[in-house]
Amino acid sequence: MTARLEIRSLHKRFGALAVTDGISLDIAPGELHAIIGPNGAGKTTLVAQLSGQLAPDSGQVLYDGRDITHMDMAGRVHLGMARSFQITTILHGFTVLQNVALAVQARKGSSFRFFGRADAEPALNAAAIGYLRQVGLAERAGDVARNLSHGEHRQMEFAIALATAPRLLLLDEPFAGTGRQEAEQLLALMRQIKGKQTTLLVEHDMNAVFALADRISVLVYGRIIATGTPGEIRANAEVRAAYLGEEDAAC
Amino acid sequence: MFNLFLLQLLNGVQLGILLFLVAAGLTLIFGIMDFINIAHGVLYMVGAYLMATFAAATGNFWLGLLVAMPAVVVFGLALEVFLFRRLYDRSHLDQVLATFGLMLIVTEGVRMIWGSSPIFVPVPELLSGSIRLLGIINYPVYRLAIIAAGLAVAVGLYVMINHSRIGMLLRAGASNRPVVSALGVNITWLFAFVFAFGAMLAGFAGALVAPVLSVDPGMGGSVLILAFVVVVIGGIGSVKGAFVAALLVGVVDTLGRTFGPILLQMAMDPSAASQTGRTLAPMLIYILMALVLAIRPSGLFGRRAA
Amino acid sequence: MSDSPAPTTAPPASPAAPLRRPRLFSRGAAALAIFGLMALVPLVAHLSDDPFLTVAFTRILVFAIAALSLDLILGYGALVSFGHAAYVGFGAYAVAILSRHGITDIFVHLAAGIGVAVIFAVLTGAIALRTRGVYFIMITLAFGQMAYFFFTSLSAYGGDDGISLRGRSTVLGTDLLAHNSVLFYVTLGALVGLYLLAAAVVNSRFGRVLAGTREDALRMQAIGFRPFRYQLAAFVIAGAMASISGVLLANQAEFVSPAYMSWHRSGELIVMVILGGIGTLLGGVVGAVVVLLLEEWLSVFTTHWRMGLGLVLILVVLFSPKGIAGLFERLLGRGK
Repeated sequence: MTARLEIRSLHKRFGALAVTDGISLDIAPGELHAIIGPNGAGKTTLVAQLSGQLAPDSGQVLYDGRDITHMDMAGRVHLGMARSFQITTILHGFTVLQNVALAVQARKGSSFRFFGRADAEPALNAAAIGYLRQVGLAERAGDVARNLSHGEHRQMEFAIALATAPRLLLLDEPFAGTGRQEAEQLLALMRQIKGKQTTLLVEHDMNAVFALADRISVLVYGRIIATGTPGEIRANAEVRAAYLGEEDAAC
Repeated sequence: MFNLFLLQLLNGVQLGILLFLVAAGLTLIFGIMDFINIAHGVLYMVGAYLMATFAAATGNFWLGLLVAMPAVVVFGLALEVFLFRRLYDRSHLDQVLATFGLMLIVTEGVRMIWGSSPIFVPVPELLSGSIRLLGIINYPVYRLAIIAAGLAVAVGLYVMINHSRIGMLLRAGASNRPVVSALGVNITWLFAFVFAFGAMLAGFAGALVAPVLSVDPGMGGSVLILAFVVVVIGGIGSVKGAFVAALLVGVVDTLGRTFGPILLQMAMDPSAASQTGRTLAPMLIYILMALVLAIRPSGLFGRRAA
Repeated sequence: MSDSPAPTTAPPASPAAPLRRPRLFSRGAAALAIFGLMALVPLVAHLSDDPFLTVAFTRILVFAIAALSLDLILGYGALVSFGHAAYVGFGAYAVAILSRHGITDIFVHLAAGIGVAVIFAVLTGAIALRTRGVYFIMITLAFGQMAYFFFTSLSAYGGDDGISLRGRSTVLGTDLLAHNSVLFYVTLGALVGLYLLAAAVVNSRFGRVLAGTREDALRMQAIGFRPFRYQLAAFVIAGAMASISGVLLANQAEFVSPAYMSWHRSGELIVMVILGGIGTLLGGVVGAVVVLLLEEWLSVFTTHWRMGLGLVLILVVLFSPKGIAGLFERLLGRGK
């Protein structure tokens, strides 16, 4: 079985600093794979290269066996790769419904339609409402996104990501800046999609990662030092030294 | 033919030098403040008018220049303190609107004070007359002096930007603004300095050109757009880029106007060639700009994809 | 980043109907009022025996069309185009040049003006839209200036001085437009038609993508759109609309000159959009009326009226960033 996403010895340098230093990784269909690492490990740079925002210096990214290393962001979205959170996907001047409907529109039919009110298209709205229900935000559909709380924004991001009908969900630190209640809500959402949705979760929050992930890769200074099940990672001495130990000390 | 070529080449370089003086300040202001200033041409115009006024008042070109320069700096600084400072954190659209408004005000103000008809400034005696170059052409000394003065400024700028503390700040600021504030530099003063400096260069260009061109209220606008083209070609924030692009634009424009029709005559009949040439020549620099942008969207010396 | 509670004051909304209806209605009412008042101008001119009024207002309507088209990209696309007057010029010169060669029909003029505008917009837009921010502003300005110089050098068609028309465009062989009031209503009809067209575009799928790009281009890419093609399409549509205003302008003035395309004109169009209220479509119309009337009014007092306009601009930017519309909103206490 081909991996949904295959990363082959990816390199990216900023000046003298190797931010991505030969990363290779496979993500199997249906898997929830988490990448953890301390701040400055190069998590965000990695996601940027996977989503097409940044071009790697060398190496390859394969999606369902197809080389997408040089494909732009929109192209990858059309193949079914959705990225969320660290780049906010919310338009604050739009209503919640419009936000999600726009994501539906991106994959349904042409957007070179100059007539007919987009707001009144039942196909777009019905699908959008469906996703909003899934994340528990349907009752806020008519509100302007700006007026939502931080936690609701997270739910909305999720709905938008789902609306692009992804075959691979890149979640870039969804738990960053969430309060405990919001984190629990988000965790519940993630549990819902787990198993149905191939997901790459890049996250700083240990609790969430260990609760959710099928497999975990640990990124330190641009390299993956270990990959394994949560249990294996917990037991890995090198990881403990490089990362978890530091985390324990900080807590 | 070669004589004409040489003559026009020098004229092109002279235009390029003037454009460089105007564009150098502009590109720094764009690069460091991310501020679009439609009124920059005004400083060039005010420089020329102040020069004309003080030269007439003192009866001496050099005294006039000596008084006009600080006056332009004060004028530029006043604009910075009273208006531009409030616009740095506004949208580009707001900046366009306010500086466009300022351009209207100053241009009308100049009309009110000096009238609409062109003013002429005599060439200083020391630099009057022509000199024989390479034994084949006569070229006005004053125009050579403009080229020399401009080159001297360019060298001075180069030294300042590459070998001084303020230059280091300018370079850092033009490529990465947050860095400068992280260095703990007083941004307010740095911006004011850049602005006054840009005003001085533009005003200097205006003062230099006063004896060559007529001084009139429309002079700021035409130079502004050429300076924009220079900045775009050279790459925003790059003084070196502005220098190369200014010479390129000056030479291409001047030679194109003279030799475009002549070259076209080889391919078509003379009257059609002359009409086509006259039509195409003024468009050349814009076509040049389009070509550069098509290949390098951030200009010749631009640092990042804009 | 704290957990702010959901605002409880938000009215419960039925999910299927987004909340824009009431505002749209009032905007529609405002449009109806403005266009209705405009329609009365020839009547007033007739009653007050002031035929100049009709001609003057025709000019205002022409610029309202140009400002409306600019608002489409400026307000809804956040594309600060500083070369929009060029497109007005294309329309005007289509009339002048074709008429010179005996082709006087307005539909041919429109087709030619729109054709040139579309080609120019595609070529220059494709280059300008690869860039952002101040680059975009300067590049559109430079290309506008290029068009200006092109017509300046066309000595066969008046060059710098411009060219007078022998008469107005004909409509299917009739000289219908020779009557000032007919030209007025044709212009008003064009304005209303284009306004409705623009309103439809803004609310369409396309308009939604455009507005989304204005808010955040990166985000649009993240959900699968390539902003470039939508922005370019909008740029072309706006250019084509502006060229229509140029055809009407040539007919109103019966004179065409490169001055129509100067960068000052482009700046004034931006001013109209901002003063009227950017991103409202109707704002461009209101702005054209206000700016041109202000021009008329100020020039009664002084030949230096531009100074007054400049002062107004600076004051608006510093104190009322949302233009006249914002000023009204604040005065009426409807501000946020």
